[in-house]
Amino acid sequence: MTLAGRALAIGYRDREVGRSLDVSLAEGEVLALLGPNGSGKTTLLKTLLGLLKPLAGEAMIDGQPITSLPAAARARRIAYVPQSHVPSFAFTVETVVLMGRTAYGNLFSAPSAADRAVAARVLERFGITSLAARPYTMLSGGERQLVLLARALAQEPRFIVLDEPTASLDFGNQGKVIREMRALAASGHGVLFTTHDPNHALRAADRAFLMRGGLRLAEGKVREVLTRAKLESLYGTPVETLTDDATGITAFLPG
Amino acid sequence: MAIKRTNTTRSALPGLGIAGIFLAAGLVTALMVGRYPVTLSDLVSVLAAHLIDRPSSVAPAVDNVVLLVRGPRVLAAVLVGAALAVAGTAFQGLFRNPLVSPDILGASSGAALGAVLGIFFSLGVVGVESLAFLGGLLAVAAVYLIGSLLRARDPILVLVLTGVVMGSLLGAAVGLVKYLADPYNQLPAMTFWLLGSLASTTLSDLLPLAGPVAIGTAILVALRWRMNVMSLPEEEARALGVATGRLRLAIVVAATLTTSASVATSGIIGWVGLVVPHLARALVGPDFPRLLPAAALLGAGYLLFIDTLARVAAPVEIPLGILTAAIGTPFFIWLLTSMQRNWS
Repeated sequence: MTLAGRALAIGYRDREVGRSLDVSLAEGEVLALLGPNGSGKTTLLKTLLGLLKPLAGEAMIDGQPITSLPAAARARRIAYVPQSHVPSFAFTVETVVLMGRTAYGNLFSAPSAADRAVAARVLERFGITSLAARPYTMLSGGERQLVLLARALAQEPRFIVLDEPTASLDFGNQGKVIREMRALAASGHGVLFTTHDPNHALRAADRAFLMRGGLRLAEGKVREVLTRAKLESLYGTPVETLTDDATGITAFLPG
Repeated sequence: MAIKRTNTTRSALPGLGIAGIFLAAGLVTALMVGRYPVTLSDLVSVLAAHLIDRPSSVAPAVDNVVLLVRGPRVLAAVLVGAALAVAGTAFQGLFRNPLVSPDILGASSGAALGAVLGIFFSLGVVGVESLAFLGGLLAVAAVYLIGSLLRARDPILVLVLTGVVMGSLLGAAVGLVKYLADPYNQLPAMTFWLLGSLASTTLSDLLPLAGPVAIGTAILVALRWRMNVMSLPEEEARALGVATGRLRLAIVVAATLTTSASVATSGIIGWVGLVVPHLARALVGPDFPRLLPAAALLGAGYLLFIDTLARVAAPVEIPLGILTAAIGTPFFIWLLTSMQRNWS
């Protein structure tokens, strides 16, 4: 199964944000989407989620146009982890995760015992079972991100799409989210995420997609695409490369 | 099951119990207190006589006071209070904003225009109430139609803004009708209606009130699980598998039915639909399956106490809108101060 966009033109009715975009994501791999602010990352994300109709081209899952799927069928295949935000109401963590089961019930149904079992299982997987009864509004940023991941996994999707999952997290929680994305790919999910930090892409992703001004700048294996020259032209700023002689691991410094 | 008992969400029963006791206390107080006081034992024997056919030794006058004078008014207060609280709860969730009330889409201003027109054309009670009901429905339908024609990226914001604009326009129309009305008979009637009152409620008012309230509330209760998801940002709700457009319409229709029926019976009673959902959330949390019943019980009890106060606090009836505002405004200010840290 693949999630793919072919010759996509993306944007809103009155404004084209990007075009000629070809993307594809297979199960079991992590794809990082990088680009400066306003490059169209989020719009591409929403198009691949089926929340936004492509202006041209086709966003497909399994060879089927995503926007032709009913909302619930789509939600059983692709889950969305939005940028973490403080919600208006203090739902408990358990309620938030159960919302991930929405696509498995009808308009009137209450969560079933099976739904509750799935919720319990994903809470366990992310090690946040002890938070179940806590109000979601009272959690730290890192805990909230884990709850949103748990809700996405409760959808039992094939693909998980994350919008800047490491933004506004402390150093330790950034590492935790990166490890969880690797783990999701290891359990067979296709993972797509946007980030402003090439180091996070290096650490978490198999492939990277570089976007500038709504166009594709480069795409391929992270080691090949994330180079000093490409990053300098992507962000328009000097970049320095650090390499650890012992392990060969590379990191980038801006400025 | 992996979840241990200590980790699951706390039970809603204590909160619902408190709300139930509050309503029961309101009922008993409302039936006992008034110009003609009824003792608790008299009240019990009247109710027993009619509910389980036990012979009663109470004077017929007491019987009349409980069943014919206070009974319909008490039932109307229960229905209107519950309806406004349930509609307010639904709208606060739908618009993701705890500061929204059930008339945000123009239901009250539409009903007000209908009612003052009915009074202006001397249509009688049934005519005034029907016009008020229709006015509320039409105003919200117009707001919804204009809101969807605008097709903006944030449909919720456009809907609320259209509601505010429409409310203002309808308010101007109400002002015009009042200006043209006969200042000795019609104008006081209009003013009294606009301030809200249950003083003239009779048995025949209860059916047209109870029908729409029951239908609207039933729809909202049936959709209670989906309403949790609808209180998330639009795109999140869609990504979770909800067809938000149709569901939003269903919730608006249901909440508008209950609001318009209430306003048509009681006139405009502000603040109940704004204040009570907050009390209910404090009691049982924001989860709609438990929040809706808690809000209904609290709203019913709250309006009962307010209406009892309106009857007995002064030698003449105090309009309900004045009392709910006098109690609701300080509460609202407290709400703003306690929410400030979330805004900064």
